[in-house]
Amino acid sequence: MSDKKNTVFLIVQDNEDARPIIEAVEQDNPDANIQYQPGIVRMEAAGSMIVNRETVEEQIGREWDVQELHLVLVSLAGNVDEDDDKFELSWH
Amino acid sequence: MSIEISAKSITPVRLKYGNLEERFGDKKPSSRYQEAVYDIQPTTNFHYRPLWDKNHDLYDKSRTKIVMEDWYSFADPRQYYYGTYTITRAKQQEVAEHNFAFVDQRDLFDSVPEGVKQAAREILVPLRHVEWAANMNNCQITDECYGANFSSLAMFNAMDRLGMAQYVTRIGLLMDGNEEASLDAGKQAWMEAPEWQGLRHAIEDMFVLDDWFELMVAQNFVLDGLIFPLLYDRFEKKLTQEGGAAIAMLTEFMDDWYKETVRWTNTLAKVTAKESDANKDLISEWVSKWSNRLTDALEPVAVKAFGTDGVNELAEVKTELLTRLGKQGLSV
Repeated sequence: MSDKKNTVFLIVQDNEDARPIIEAVEQDNPDANIQYQPGIVRMEAAGSMIVNRETVEEQIGREWDVQELHLVLVSLAGNVDEDDDKFELSWH
Repeated sequence: MSIEISAKSITPVRLKYGNLEERFGDKKPSSRYQEAVYDIQPTTNFHYRPLWDKNHDLYDKSRTKIVMEDWYSFADPRQYYYGTYTITRAKQQEVAEHNFAFVDQRDLFDSVPEGVKQAAREILVPLRHVEWAANMNNCQITDECYGANFSSLAMFNAMDRLGMAQYVTRIGLLMDGNEEASLDAGKQAWMEAPEWQGLRHAIEDMFVLDDWFELMVAQNFVLDGLIFPLLYDRFEKKLTQEGGAAIAMLTEFMDDWYKETVRWTNTLAKVTAKESDANKDLISEWVSKWSNRLTDALEPVAVKAFGTDGVNELAEVKTELLTRLGKQGLSV
C-alpha cells in the first residue's frame, strides 16, 4: 500500500458466509489488496473501501442485509459509514 | 522464563482442485458451490449406449438443439448445492409450519367469507396438479440435461415443486377441517371442468417434449412466469382484499420461491442467448410458442379468477414476462 496512514482494511473470517462479501469487495474496489491468511481474509485499500448490498446480493443470489457483515467481521480500520445499501470505510 | 508465541502461516500447496484451477485460475480458493457442481458429471468412457435410447450416450449434448461451447458457463446465481439448498429450505419450512399452525389454532378460516373460500377451492386447489406436473417436468430435465449444474438445479426445483404441491394440499385440507372434499373437487375440476382443460392439455404436451431445453423454457420460464404472478400474486391480493388474508399467509413460500426462480431463469436466458445467435433465436422461438399457447390455455382460468378483468390481468402478466426475458437478450 502506498500511504500507510491512509490505509483502510476489513478483515473477515474465511468461510462460506464471507465469500460473497469478499467477491463483492473485489468487484467494487479494483485496487483493493486481498490476502488470504489462515482462517481470515484481509482486504486492504488506500483511502476507502466499499461493500455494496447490491453486489453482494448478485453474488449470493438472495436478499442480503448489510448487518450480516458483522457476523463474519474480525477487524477493521477506518471510519465506518453504514446504511441499508452500503458499508463504507474511509478516514475522515 | 518467557514464552514467545509467534504466528506461523503455512501456505497450502494448492488452493483448489485441478479442474477448478483450470476454469478459474489459482488466485483464490473456490466456493463450495464450485466444488460441488463443476465437472462432476462424467464426460468420457461410456462403454455402452443406454438400452432405452440407442441414439444417445448416457450423458449427451445432442439431447437438445441448444449448443453451448461449455455447458458449465451457466452458474446458479443462488449457488445452491446440497448444503445451502437444504439450510435455506429448512428455514423457510419453519416459517411455513408456523403460519399453518397459526391459522389452524386461531381458526382463521372461520372468518374468511364463504365466497372467498370457494374461489380458493376452485382456483388454488387444482394448482396442486400443476405443481405435480412441474415436478415431473423438472425430473425429466434432470434426467436428460447435460452438466451437473443443470441437473442439480432441476432436481432442487423438482423437490420444491413437490413441496408446494403439499402446501396447496394442506390449504385444501385446512379449509375443510381435514376433510378431503375440496381436494376431490379440485381433482375433478382439473380432469373435467372446461376452464382447466386447455392448461391440462398443454401440460400433458409438455410431458412428451423431446428437447429438454425446450421443456425448461416452457415449464420454468413461461408457465411459472405466468402462473405465479397471476395466481399466487395478483389473485391472492384480490382474495386478501375480500377477506382471505389467511390464504395469503399460507402461500408466502410460493412468493419467495418465485422471486428466487426469476433470478436464475434470467441468468440462464442471458448466458444461453449470449452464446450464439442460433441459441438466441431458438429460445426466443420457444418462448413465443409457449407463451402464446399457455396464455390461451390460462385465459378461461383467469376469467374464472378475476371475472371480466381476467383477460387484462393475464395480458399484463404476459407483457411483464416477455419484457423481462427481452431484457436478457431474447428477441420476443
